[in-house]
Amino acid sequence: MQPRFRNWHVQLALLPAWLIVVFAYLGTMVFTVRMSFTSSKGIPIMDDVGLRQYDRLFHTDRWTISVENILIFGLLFILGCLVLGFLLAVFVDRLARFENTLRTIFLYPLAMSFVVTGLVWQWILNPALGLQANVRNWGWTSFTFDWLEQGDRAIYLVAFAGIWQSCGLVMAIMLAGLRGVDQELWKAARIDGIPTWRIYLHIIIPALAPMFITATLLLATAVVRSYDIVVAMTAGGPGISSEVPAKFVIDFLFTRQNIGLATAAATVMLITVLVVLMPWLYLQYFRSAPGARRAA
Amino acid sequence: MRRFLSLGLIGAALSLGAGPALAQGKLRAEIMHWWTSGGESAAVQEFQKAFNAAGGEWVDAAVAGGGGDAARTAFMNRLAGGNPPTAMQFNTSKQFDDVIAAGQLIELDDVAQKDGWKGAVYGPVMDAVTRNGHVYAVPVNIHNNIWLWYNADVLKKAGVAPPKTWDDLFADFDKVKAAGVVPLAQAGDNWTKALTFFNVLLGEAGPPLYLKLFKDLDADATKTPEFKHVLETFGKLRNYVDNGVQGRQWNQAIGMVITGQAAFNFMGDWAKGEVVSAGQTPGNPVGCIAGLGHPAYWIGGDVFVFAKQSDPEAIKGQKLLAHVMLSKETQVAFNAKKGSVPARLDVDNSKLDICAQQGLKILSENKDVVKGFDLYLTPDGVGQVYDAIGQFWSDPNETTDQLAGKFAEILKNAKQ
Repeated sequence: MQPRFRNWHVQLALLPAWLIVVFAYLGTMVFTVRMSFTSSKGIPIMDDVGLRQYDRLFHTDRWTISVENILIFGLLFILGCLVLGFLLAVFVDRLARFENTLRTIFLYPLAMSFVVTGLVWQWILNPALGLQANVRNWGWTSFTFDWLEQGDRAIYLVAFAGIWQSCGLVMAIMLAGLRGVDQELWKAARIDGIPTWRIYLHIIIPALAPMFITATLLLATAVVRSYDIVVAMTAGGPGISSEVPAKFVIDFLFTRQNIGLATAAATVMLITVLVVLMPWLYLQYFRSAPGARRAA
Repeated sequence: MRRFLSLGLIGAALSLGAGPALAQGKLRAEIMHWWTSGGESAAVQEFQKAFNAAGGEWVDAAVAGGGGDAARTAFMNRLAGGNPPTAMQFNTSKQFDDVIAAGQLIELDDVAQKDGWKGAVYGPVMDAVTRNGHVYAVPVNIHNNIWLWYNADVLKKAGVAPPKTWDDLFADFDKVKAAGVVPLAQAGDNWTKALTFFNVLLGEAGPPLYLKLFKDLDADATKTPEFKHVLETFGKLRNYVDNGVQGRQWNQAIGMVITGQAAFNFMGDWAKGEVVSAGQTPGNPVGCIAGLGHPAYWIGGDVFVFAKQSDPEAIKGQKLLAHVMLSKETQVAFNAKKGSVPARLDVDNSKLDICAQQGLKILSENKDVVKGFDLYLTPDGVGQVYDAIGQFWSDPNETTDQLAGKFAEILKNAKQ
């Protein structure tokens, strides 16, 4: 028996947490998967229609569009936040003054919820109300910026708003990492006459690997559950061109009254997340545990 | 705002408020609805006044957004959580079929019997709230969902007359556009684009094609040249909107017509509530056409259902509310502000405005009156129609044949 299981009083104290995990998380997860094999409409029923809901799901344009969008959004959002967050962190780190002010400014968007972010950017980007209308009022009457109105562009604006909100968080994480870098490293590199950009690229960034992993993980969870920013900014539109999987699930669960199809979509999301994350988490935190913890 | 999706958290329920109870001898009722625009909340005040005067206590639980999507989501959540509100609004549609099938609603047979709903309420509407011989909802109004609203002042300035046909309309569009006004005010939600589509379908092709499609669920009707023409006309409308459609609500769209920023808008007659609450009289300058090219009445409307309660006092409150909502005086007062016509025909309609008179005339002739497509399709099917139309509207590369193919698919699925 492993030593930690011998501390029964510790386990007892953890009992509520265990109950929550088993019933609230695992229990509902199992229930969701079970529902996806039923023909449930507005109210859950327990029949068995096999894979019919999955068959329909993968023949539904809206689902295909949602999946494409989450890939575009996820890739842009994570990469954008990482790159921009890192650059901001370097910028703040190298400044002699105003560090506190700038740090606050960059972190400020994070204090807002995705709903507020989405709404504000919707107003700014709305051609009839925001940027375009204002520039035209100033005299440049042919100025056009109506991506929010264009089905094939809207999702990029959503990604942009997401980056605007979340890159401050990445900056904070990276800044903490940069401060933790051993000064000896810098001295040694300078004595060898290595240019600054190469020090960042080849020494600092590898040293910050755990920071990048943490940030990516945080951002990835935001991608999977992305719902509110889309609802507030585009409501999935124009048409259905900026729909995302989580919104698909919620809409079919309630307004469309098709629990079977909604839970099938939720199950596909769950499986995708597991398939993507599991090997990666395993590699990062379990197999190479001693190595991965070296820099942390 | 709706919550995040937490994977698998279906059973989780939101508890948003206290259940009904007896407060100071008054029958307390919590009423959930989505009437939050200016005209709508003025109308709902009439219910509140009448219910409070009859010895009830109206607790308002309005949930804004999405043409009722948000409110219905909240209701389903609370129902699943075992804490439903006393009364809930639905559209006159199949939206509440599932809740009936699950045995979650009280029957109103005794109230209907006592108040003589059967003879008084407009037949098709009474059918829409009856399932297997039992009455499950109180109908409160009849809306015509297909109206073309126009600003007569704007048309006069552009030198055109209100249209009689769709060709007229496009000619008007061009002149209005040349005069520097937005020809067509369109809202962003897909259901509003669907309403515009049904205006074309019923106005351009007439009720027979509509019924073949949605009542008979005849997928072959999507291959006819008539339907293709409808889709082409609908597609052409996209050239006459401004580029602020995305994110615009229906009341902002009709607001553009009221203030003269736009010339035309397709919207149900609840838009008239906005005209009235802007201090104007329907007809001047905002005029109305019920079914351009082919006067028609697409019956829509609202009903209230009552979730089962354990407290007998609460049930008493529900029945009182049902009685009050469909009483003659309340019906007249409410519908004057809502923009609709009363659900019962035995009331004095002479005070209604000229748009309502236009609608009543079609209703009384009973010739081109059709039920809303949400009475033929499940919410799932309705949603598929919204998705298909919304996608077509925003994708300039999609052909009318592709859209017709999607309709055929939807109708085939609905038939199963």
